Amino acid sequence: MSRLQVVSGKGGTGKTTVAAALALALAKEGKRTLLVEVEGRQGIAQLFETEPLPYEERKIAVAPGGGEVYALAIDAERALLDYLQMFYKLGGAGRALKKLGAIDFATTVAPGVRDVLLTGKACEAVRRRDKQGRYLYDHVVMDAPPTGRITRFLNVNDEVAGLARIGPIHNQAQAVMRVLKSPETAVHLVTLLEEMPVQETADGIAELRAAELPVGAVIVNMVRPQVLDEDAVRVARADHREDIVRALTAAGVSGAERLVAPLVEQAAAHAQRVELEREQRDVLAKLDVPAYELPLLGEGADLAGLYRLARQLRKLGVGA
Amino acid sequence: MSEHMGDGTASVPGTATDAGSGPAPDTGDRNGGLGAVPRLEVDPLLDDPATRIVVCCGAGGVGKTTTAAALGVRAAERGRKVVVLTIDPARRLAQSMGIDQLDNVPRRVPGIEGDGELHAMMLDMKRTFDEIVEAHADPARARAILENPFYQSLSAGFAGTQEYMAMEKLGQLRTRDSWDLIVVDTPPSRSALDFLDAPKRLGSFLDGRFIKLLVAPARVGGRAGMKFLNAGMSMMTGTLGKLLGAQFLRDVQTFVAAMDTMFGGFRTRADATYRLLQAPGTAFLVVAAPERDALREAAYFVDRLAAERMPLAGLVLNRVHGSRAARLSAERALAVAENLEEGRIVDHAAGQTGQGGPEAASPETPVSPTDNGASAAAPMDSAVPPSVARLTAGLLRLHAERMQVLARERRTRDRFTALHPEVAVAEVPALPGDVHDLTGLRAIGARLASPEPPGAPATAPPPAGPTPPAGAA
Ligand SMILES: Nc1ncnc2c1ncn2[C@@H]1O[C@H](COP(=O)(O)OP(=O)(O)O)[C@@H](O)[C@H]1O
Ligand SMILES: Nc1ncnc2c1ncn2[C@@H]1O[C@H](COP(=O)(O)OP(=O)(O)O)[C@@H](O)[C@H]1O
Ligand SMILES: [Mg+2]
Ligand SMILES: [Mg+2]
Repeated sequence: MSRLQVVSGKGGTGKTTVAAALALALAKEGKRTLLVEVEGRQGIAQLFETEPLPYEERKIAVAPGGGEVYALAIDAERALLDYLQMFYKLGGAGRALKKLGAIDFATTVAPGVRDVLLTGKACEAVRRRDKQGRYLYDHVVMDAPPTGRITRFLNVNDEVAGLARIGPIHNQAQAVMRVLKSPETAVHLVTLLEEMPVQETADGIAELRAAELPVGAVIVNMVRPQVLDEDAVRVARADHREDIVRALTAAGVSGAERLVAPLVEQAAAHAQRVELEREQRDVLAKLDVPAYELPLLGEGADLAGLYRLARQLRKLGVGA
Repeated sequence: MSEHMGDGTASVPGTATDAGSGPAPDTGDRNGGLGAVPRLEVDPLLDDPATRIVVCCGAGGVGKTTTAAALGVRAAERGRKVVVLTIDPARRLAQSMGIDQLDNVPRRVPGIEGDGELHAMMLDMKRTFDEIVEAHADPARARAILENPFYQSLSAGFAGTQEYMAMEKLGQLRTRDSWDLIVVDTPPSRSALDFLDAPKRLGSFLDGRFIKLLVAPARVGGRAGMKFLNAGMSMMTGTLGKLLGAQFLRDVQTFVAAMDTMFGGFRTRADATYRLLQAPGTAFLVVAAPERDALREAAYFVDRLAAERMPLAGLVLNRVHGSRAARLSAERALAVAENLEEGRIVDHAAGQTGQGGPEAASPETPVSPTDNGASAAAPMDSAVPPSVARLTAGLLRLHAERMQVLARERRTRDRFTALHPEVAVAEVPALPGDVHDLTGLRAIGARLASPEPPGAPATAPPPAGPTPPAGAA
């Protein structure tokens, strides 16, 4: 039951979709979650079919059961200006720095500065409390950078090691690491049942573990329906064509003789895919991380589909 | 947890029906159901000696690397001397092409048939960057740059470094002029446009106003409002120093100064390689999967190429699903499957041939098992054995699923072709397995070049034509 849930995965596997579905799933009755994005792509706004998100937390959805989902697009430059303001009381000079390109420079050029700002903002939201001392958000879900960059992104302490040893960035990095390496955090990896994303998932988990970052779950996305079980596939391969032709004809399908070959062919291709997917499931099983599956949505992940994925995640108990 | 896609009641517009209407892929349409859309002719493009560079672009995961490698194999086996610059091949593909060691130079790929040659390499962005430094500076200076901590983080993976270095490597290969044809894969960025934009962005940043100020504050300040700028600069370097550390700023300054004198700026260099892409002999292929996001990216890219006067050869629509049984619609297949599963089908075939044709027993008027039991008039009737009924129903459900995918992909594709009717298209079917060896690449190459619709396997005989509508005799 981690309060910060980080969602990574190979590009295009459905990080943004799964992060949003998870934020909905965790927003059970009476709960509030915050969904944050860090790559400036406005993927959340697109998914929820709303205006681009400002650098400001705002409610974007009500989850099944009545919980609330807030969203925030974290902007590194704005976050840096906020810090400078907080620590150095820059006033109008902050704007001058921005105009001259210094802010862009600092968030682009120095390894880790951008990452510290982004993770820092998320961790701040994790720890924030209301007047009664309760956490403002029950969970914060982050739509994070892809697997190839996630360990570096989260391992901010190492990244800023080459920078100033005192000052806000360093203190911030240390505070961030305390949250990120604690059981309060879980890093989930989204994958498909295909060789490349599964391989990347395996590599990513090894890297996260080496950096002592807490691995949560593997979320297998876009799982296709098992229409024909493997036994049936075997049967289709054996010579049952005449039986099939008879059954089709009896059922009123014309030209069954010509249909049977393509139908059996499709079954063979399906069998091959089932076998490949089984191999990939085996690889995932060896990773010693809980894996959960989400179905492929026929019409793509629109809002209705998103809620379906959320219900599925809730049913599976992912992250809860 | 598996759920069917759709529930079978949804109608699927544009799907071929039993009557064989609609642009079904098994109608033998030369263009895979693409109708009036111009077909991308891959072989003439690869064979043309004037074609020197083919760039495969597209959103992440659509099959750029696979397409680039497949084109390389095909061009080589058609007699050209080819080099393929891959960026991120899948591990098994790299192994099978013998390019899994990163030495940043092309290797000859064994197993190519015919007189041509295939060379391939996998980009090592850091090595490429190091080589630029080494080529432009004396050894002592080069070492100083290579050891500069800022350089190290820049070359190890700054936003845009991979794109910048891919362009660099392309420029180098072109300059060597040892190949007839260079096929370039592009980095796995989310947006296809990154390949064009990232190098310039990085170049502009490194050559940018602020870095210049940082490197030579006095020089710039001398020109205008020296006092103000100097005060501003010291406030700024002071703040940044506290934030990033004075040492880090010094590293950046040293690095930029060294690079600047070395080859006159990153932006200039990025611009030079960029122009290579506009040169005659360069052709772009946009790769996309038949999905909304991928095709939206493809459309952006097509517009952008036009704006930049960069020649687009066409769109490769990869991983397209087809069916050789497309005349059987999804709804029909599901309805029949249901009847079979409910045991409502009786095998009339044995005793009732020629009684108005097989269409007589339509799923809408099922013959129930009770009817069968009571029927003395057809003693040779026998119920379809449950195992066969189940199996056949499974095949039909599988087919229905495929037809739904096919219809969806077609709608997505048609939206693109309606907006870009001028773009030539080649469709490559989704193979059931991964593509990880020369055989697989050959199959992809053959499908890229052949007009066969995606439903047919590469080796299959031409599919049968549609059945005439029942009762239309
Ligand atoms: N379960 C799913 N079924 C169908 N389509 C999906 C599913 N999950 C994601 N998608 C689609 O896949 C594409 C990539 O998803 P996205 O969440 O943007 O991935 P990422 O953030 O990893 O790049 C989008 O078009 C999205 O609608
Ligand atoms: N037509 C196809 N049929 C089946 N698998 C394919 C096809 N094209 C590509 N693949 C597979 O899809 C995965 C991603 O392809 P890749 O070429 O690496 O994509 P990209 O370079 O665009 O990221 C690889 O595992 C590859 O084998
Ligand atoms: Mg995303
Ligand atoms: Mg690739």
